[in-house]
Amino acid sequence: MNTPRSEDDTRSQVLRILGEIAPEADTTSLRPDVSFRDQLDLDSMDFLNFVVALHKEFHIEIPEADYPKYMTLNGCLAQLSAAQS
Amino acid sequence: MAEFLMPTLGADMTDGTLVQWKKKEGDRITKGEIIAEVDTEKAAIDVESHFTGIIERLITRPGDKIPVGTVMAIIREEGRPTTSIVSPRTVTTPPAPPPPVHRTESGTAVPSQIGRFRMSPAARKLAAERGIDASTLQGTGPEGAITLDDIERATTATADIVKSVDPADRQARMRHTIAAAMARSKREIPHYYLSTTIDMGRAITWLKDSNEQRPVTERLLYGVLLIKAVALALRRVPELNALWKDDEARRRERIHIGTAISLRQGGLVAPALHDADRLSLSELMQNFQDLVKRARAGSLRSSELSDPTITVTSLGEQGVETVFGVIYPPQVALVGFGKVVERPWVAGGVVVPRPVLMASLSADHRVTDGHRGGLFLAEIDRLLQEPQSL
Repeated sequence: MNTPRSEDDTRSQVLRILGEIAPEADTTSLRPDVSFRDQLDLDSMDFLNFVVALHKEFHIEIPEADYPKYMTLNGCLAQLSAAQS
Repeated sequence: MAEFLMPTLGADMTDGTLVQWKKKEGDRITKGEIIAEVDTEKAAIDVESHFTGIIERLITRPGDKIPVGTVMAIIREEGRPTTSIVSPRTVTTPPAPPPPVHRTESGTAVPSQIGRFRMSPAARKLAAERGIDASTLQGTGPEGAITLDDIERATTATADIVKSVDPADRQARMRHTIAAAMARSKREIPHYYLSTTIDMGRAITWLKDSNEQRPVTERLLYGVLLIKAVALALRRVPELNALWKDDEARRRERIHIGTAISLRQGGLVAPALHDADRLSLSELMQNFQDLVKRARAGSLRSSELSDPTITVTSLGEQGVETVFGVIYPPQVALVGFGKVVERPWVAGGVVVPRPVLMASLSADHRVTDGHRGGLFLAEIDRLLQEPQSL
């Protein structure tokens, strides 16, 4: 079983993944409760790549029905925290 | 002998700049293999060879900007005579520099051995990481060995050619080339437009069920269903899968769907998903993911830009409900898809809410008429009602 990560570490990994998907975006100024799509102009392909990258980084299963829960930074961190606890 | 020319990577391209050769003189190359990287108005493109044979001469030098159709290299095709003269008409660049030489410790120059070169493991590893073909470099180490510094210099030189184009300038140039192609299209092609509303209920339900069975790495996007439906519908109305050349439509046997992809820095490209009608949805999705990734990273292949036989554009994610696009010459049709929206829909005499999608066709009236265009849209609709058969 993986050691749970700190919230800071989880946050920095999520931002790193977003930075790889939208290299031109300033992920440090993301508003945590506004959707990534609106802030970073992500399309469905970008979002799928984001979910795949989360799956690979955090070794979690993300059903398609749960996608909406991962659409904001706060939502994403809450899901990842719950999955690791 | 075959002349490898600066290719046309779309109706709007007039010239290109050689970034680097991926092969050196004396190398064998096969058809479809990458021979060079060329910078265009839109992006740096990996250019494939149309020939199989031995590279006799590399004429263009990295950094040279040359018009489309200019001879860049001479390839001795397998099974062909070895003597030929390059047409001076099309050679506009200076001859290539002499073959690289090694300097021995005594200072005597000896030609490099084709296909063999000295190189430290560290330099080899770095070259692989940077995508540098070390066999094309002249080493500065002992006995001409390729060093880490040589790889660093080659990396910088390649990057400099691409970066010499300011991003804002590239964007302006891309806008200019798109403008030229679209103005030409509207000037030369008598467009007609059709649209139909498609009930997407079955397709969306099927996709949801299918994705539930798939691991996250293999899930499908509904756009792939649309692309496949277009590709299969073209088999029914093949005259839309054609290119207009020399005042006539020339049907294409293979179906290569140009998929409009917006670039993050602005502008768009529409590279081909080759043989889209023959691929399974999983294969199509995989190829689509790869294509989008490479389009945005600036590493498309020349055939992907020159091969599309029709274009599909979808603006649904931008909230657009209906798209009537402009045909990209020399293609003769473009299919547009809008956003999936819930609308009242009459089914079996009952009004029910259904997810619907507006599909449109922009087509060249010199090649088809509304009747055939209507059949094509109806076929897309029919196919999307049977998503399991896509």
